[in-house]
Amino acid sequence: MTTLIKNGTAYIDGAFVKKDILIEDKLITRIEDKINEPAEKVIDAKGMHVFPGFVDIHVHLRDPGQTYKEDIVSGTRSAARGGFTSLCAMPNTDPVVDNIATVDYIQRRAKDLGSAKVYVIGAMTKKSEGLEISEMATMKSDGIVAVSDDGKCVQNAKLMLNCMRYATNFGLPLIVHAEDYNLSGSGQIHAGKIALKLGLTGIPALAEEVIISRDIMLAENTGSRLHIAHISTARSIELVREAKQLGFNITCEVTPHHLILTEDACLGFDTNTKMKPPLRTEADRQACVQALKDGIIDCIATDHAPHADFEKVREFDHAPFGIIGLETAFPALYHHLVKPGHISLERIVDALTSVPASLLDLPPSALKIGYPADICLVDLNQETSFESEEIASKSKNTPWLNQKLSGKVIYTILDGRITWEAI
Amino acid sequence: MDSLPQFVGRNLFDLDDYSAEEIMYILEAARGMKEINLRQYKKIPTLRGKTICTLFVENSTRTRMSFELAASRLSADVVSFQATVSSLQKGESLQDTVYTLDAMGIDLYCIRHSSPGSPQLVHKYSGKPVINGGDGRHAHPTQALLDIFSIWEKLGSLEGLKITIVGDILNSRVVRSNLIGMKKLGADVTVCGPRTLMPGGMEDIYGCRVEYNLPEALRDADVVMGLRMQLERMTEGLFPSLEEYSKHYVLSKDTIKFAKKDALIMHPGPMNRGVEILPEIADSDHSIIVEQVANGVAVRMALMFLILGGKL
Repeated sequence: MTTLIKNGTAYIDGAFVKKDILIEDKLITRIEDKINEPAEKVIDAKGMHVFPGFVDIHVHLRDPGQTYKEDIVSGTRSAARGGFTSLCAMPNTDPVVDNIATVDYIQRRAKDLGSAKVYVIGAMTKKSEGLEISEMATMKSDGIVAVSDDGKCVQNAKLMLNCMRYATNFGLPLIVHAEDYNLSGSGQIHAGKIALKLGLTGIPALAEEVIISRDIMLAENTGSRLHIAHISTARSIELVREAKQLGFNITCEVTPHHLILTEDACLGFDTNTKMKPPLRTEADRQACVQALKDGIIDCIATDHAPHADFEKVREFDHAPFGIIGLETAFPALYHHLVKPGHISLERIVDALTSVPASLLDLPPSALKIGYPADICLVDLNQETSFESEEIASKSKNTPWLNQKLSGKVIYTILDGRITWEAI
Repeated sequence: MDSLPQFVGRNLFDLDDYSAEEIMYILEAARGMKEINLRQYKKIPTLRGKTICTLFVENSTRTRMSFELAASRLSADVVSFQATVSSLQKGESLQDTVYTLDAMGIDLYCIRHSSPGSPQLVHKYSGKPVINGGDGRHAHPTQALLDIFSIWEKLGSLEGLKITIVGDILNSRVVRSNLIGMKKLGADVTVCGPRTLMPGGMEDIYGCRVEYNLPEALRDADVVMGLRMQLERMTEGLFPSLEEYSKHYVLSKDTIKFAKKDALIMHPGPMNRGVEILPEIADSDHSIIVEQVANGVAVRMALMFLILGGKL
């Protein structure tokens, strides 16, 4: 199979250039100003941007165990619609990914039926209960790329210290969801003016900052490779900035929603604004945007967290935490941050491609000869809408439900195969 | 009655949706209703044929009785849904409960629920007007209206009044709704309690004064309102003992002397005598605590009457 992408604006080596790209089988074989060779499929990308396939290192596929919310087929299809070609699956499934049988299952299903490459993150502790270290070395030999108890947080500092020592022993990065349970308690949204107004219990910024502070010190002590998931407060960012200045091997990610939305979005009691960490203040949001520009925040990850309709239509404090993010990620970032000039398109694309891939040592995501043909084509001027029936994920829990955003993914190509084509 | 229709079909989620003029209109209507409650035959036929549902997912016998009495006195039919004996106990969602009730032809819902925002959900699923009878820590607008009515009836106006509310501000929906309503009518409100029971940012959001010292808070107050201190706050690590709380925040002869001599004493009930208020104050000549309860029925009658477009 040969595919020729003609007349597009390609993102190559950090610059936008007019290039044609030829794909033969699974690989990019030619990148030239003009390619006129016949191909089985020719895509006229006039007016489109050609990006490397997006990489999301923080996704909840819900498979096995909660396939009414999402499964590997629907989750990777959702990824394809969003322009993603690689993703890392978080281990909080049922059963938890703390054993090679479950690692195998996810890898096999994704390979056989998936519309994206799926890398598995193993649990840091058995059943993610925060009590005993998981068999991470065994899972590592089976291909996990990192360990995490995401969704939960190891509260016991001694155990966390040992998780770091042990993971480091086997060359595994640790991804931490920073939340002190005593401080977050039964909190629903950020402990700020909106929580006060709505009478909802607050999750203080401190709940995140205290753990980040702890884990930076533990990582310093153990020399481990620590990645902080979904950073959300200005003070957290300062902690990471300081750690990086001291030369610690610490990185972090931010979600599109923490870059775009604030606690104000919760005013209408929309349960699609309820997630952990919660949407913070405008000052926190601005700090996130600035830190992404400065590189203190390394990359963007969606924390795609599907929940069924019937779970999210509950009373606000009974609804589960989390929103889907794969399909809205690029359009929301482009529409709300790039288009108004708050951040460059280059930085957003880097933070969605080469940077996240490098953080977890995944195969690089770039438009280069000899690389896998993982590509997405986007029309920045076209709007894309998020009506319930247009969303590819099984779940529809997004704050951008029924909204239109500019930056439409027209094609997604995975290993030379078209996995998404907008009609 | 040109301005009557503007209430028809409206929700009362909280007082921020109502202007000062509209609040005054409700108070005037409540005054009329109070007069009916003093008659020998306490009933008018105005809402005959209408059905009002009291949907109480959180228990509150007093508030439910007040709503149901109000509905009965306007001749509406009342159905009462209580979570403890209902399908919600069996795991039915609020959405399905409302669909079920709606199929039976409810015209107005009065809801009490521990979850903030649930009145909005009831309206979303039923399309019918909803009166919020208290949703978690969020709002309790009928309580605020009856409090405001009680002050207005005694003092004629809230403009420029110094009102001090003392107690567990953090967990009180009564305070939140009262602050919105009282500010709209021009009162200066001070809230007082220990720092662990005082959320940050009160001044910015509600334009009130925050005071941690009781005598300071009470100084020159025209109205003093105590709040119920709940024992479970102790196990949440918010204060050490009722005794110590009382020592610093009880409304007593010793502390109330800082307020104006004839300051009105209020409490939304139920009271913990000896904890947040001493009998010498609760039962004093200036206490209108019992009258607040009577006014509650009148205010709720006025709201039902206005929202369902009753004719006199």
